[in-house]
Amino acid sequence: MNWQQVINGLTIGSIYSIVALGYTLVFGVLQILNMAHGEIFMMGAFIGLMMVVKFQAPLPVAFLAAVLVTAILGYLLERFALRPLRGKAGVSHLAPLISTIGVSIFLENLAHHWFGAETHPFPVSFATISYQIGGVKISLVQLTIFIISITLMVGLSLWLSRTKAGTALRATAENIETASLLGVNTQKIITLTVVIASVMGGIAGVLVGMAFNAVSPQMGLEIGLKGLAIIILGGMGNIKGAMVGGLILGMTEVMSVAFGYSGYRDAIAFLMIIVILLIRPQGLFGQSAPQVRK
Amino acid sequence: MLTVKGLEAYYGNIRALKGIDLDVKEGSIVTIIGANGAGKTTTMKAISGLLNPRNGSIQFMGQDITGLRPDQRVSMGISLVPEGRAILSGMSVLENLEMGAYHRNDQEVKQDLENVMDRFPILRERIHQAGGTLSGGQQQMLAIARALMARPKLLLLDEPSMGLAPLIVADIFKIIQEINQEGTTVLLVEQNVKQALKIADYAYVLETGKIVTSGTADELLDDSRVVEAYLGGGHSS
Repeated sequence: MNWQQVINGLTIGSIYSIVALGYTLVFGVLQILNMAHGEIFMMGAFIGLMMVVKFQAPLPVAFLAAVLVTAILGYLLERFALRPLRGKAGVSHLAPLISTIGVSIFLENLAHHWFGAETHPFPVSFATISYQIGGVKISLVQLTIFIISITLMVGLSLWLSRTKAGTALRATAENIETASLLGVNTQKIITLTVVIASVMGGIAGVLVGMAFNAVSPQMGLEIGLKGLAIIILGGMGNIKGAMVGGLILGMTEVMSVAFGYSGYRDAIAFLMIIVILLIRPQGLFGQSAPQVRK
Repeated sequence: MLTVKGLEAYYGNIRALKGIDLDVKEGSIVTIIGANGAGKTTTMKAISGLLNPRNGSIQFMGQDITGLRPDQRVSMGISLVPEGRAILSGMSVLENLEMGAYHRNDQEVKQDLENVMDRFPILRERIHQAGGTLSGGQQQMLAIARALMARPKLLLLDEPSMGLAPLIVADIFKIIQEINQEGTTVLLVEQNVKQALKIADYAYVLETGKIVTSGTADELLDDSRVVEAYLGGGHSS
């Protein structure tokens, strides 16, 4: 086992998990694929980058700014692209999918206009610092990414399972009508869900910028597709599935590069997803059928 | 306590409720009986806020609640146990019960949790089990217990006996009576007309979206049309 590659795989994989969590939260509550998630992620990356480059802000401030802006973007997305289509007679169930695609195109063009089409490097002041543990080299950037991702995942899980609002979110995801009958303001929960998902995307954006030292207006598309693949792999709407799925994808990518197939990296990763889905069509943690008994 | 006036509701172009008036007095058990498709569930949905009526008004304890959301009505004291129970099947029995008290912030939630588990000992046994793994009767008990956790003033029950074995049905009706005697007003929708009239103070008969007759349970039991249509009287059925 090559531990160096395991560390690399976990680092990338944990970011993928965060991206996928954003998708799966929104899908769980709204049964909608939020196609703008990748572009909100990209916006988060640019905001973080601008804070570091233009304003020489320290990294925590860059993260805070990305969180703030993507939270607002998430709110606007829900308010103007999703809510007007909800619960109206005659609206196709594909309409919200299309409207989020519209938002994604808009955001990508906006980024082109504001930041230019080129790929920007993401300077990190501590990029050269790394630690040697046994035979394994861990850079401080990797460590930062890993700690932030794990904290986010653990935090989200605890919030969902232990708090009243988190439980209300799960109830809304399971059955929105029932949740409202139990006294949950489901509109509020939906808004909260889209905002949390967007913030996770925004943080992931800054992390990817740091990890690959590159930020561009197109970066949302690639990561967006990976995020979608992960939630299908893990089981649509499933939190654990998104986390584990992200780690599996990251690990597979890194390992295929390590074994010398770097040109086939994405092909191998997606081939593996296809194989897993052939064995478990409902995804790793998805349920094949509702367990409700009469 | 609850006054419904001229309630009209549509599903698309279909007029499901054609102007319903009903009145529920505080402390009573009122039942709405009628055949499948008469509009019973639609009426319950309108009262609980799941469905917006096109015309008419709903007043609860002197306040007009017609335009309010379901969660706002829960805070005011109206809880619905919907048809089919609507258990959160992926969540534990405990989480289901805790969700029942979602709008409450008082210190007595814990005590109420003990109380409902005393009333339904099976729920205490299954407290960490997923709601979806309970049997039908247990799910109905959980659904009622969960509604009680909201401390409703008015409890709406939609077909609580549906799909349950006769022994369990008898249990459920006994429990409904007990809950009422403890001070909760009950509005009950039932196809099990005999049982419903046995515990109800007042009853409405709904046919194709209209109230066709109403009266005290005894009056309806003496009404030959009601007996014939809903209790199989005069026919061997």
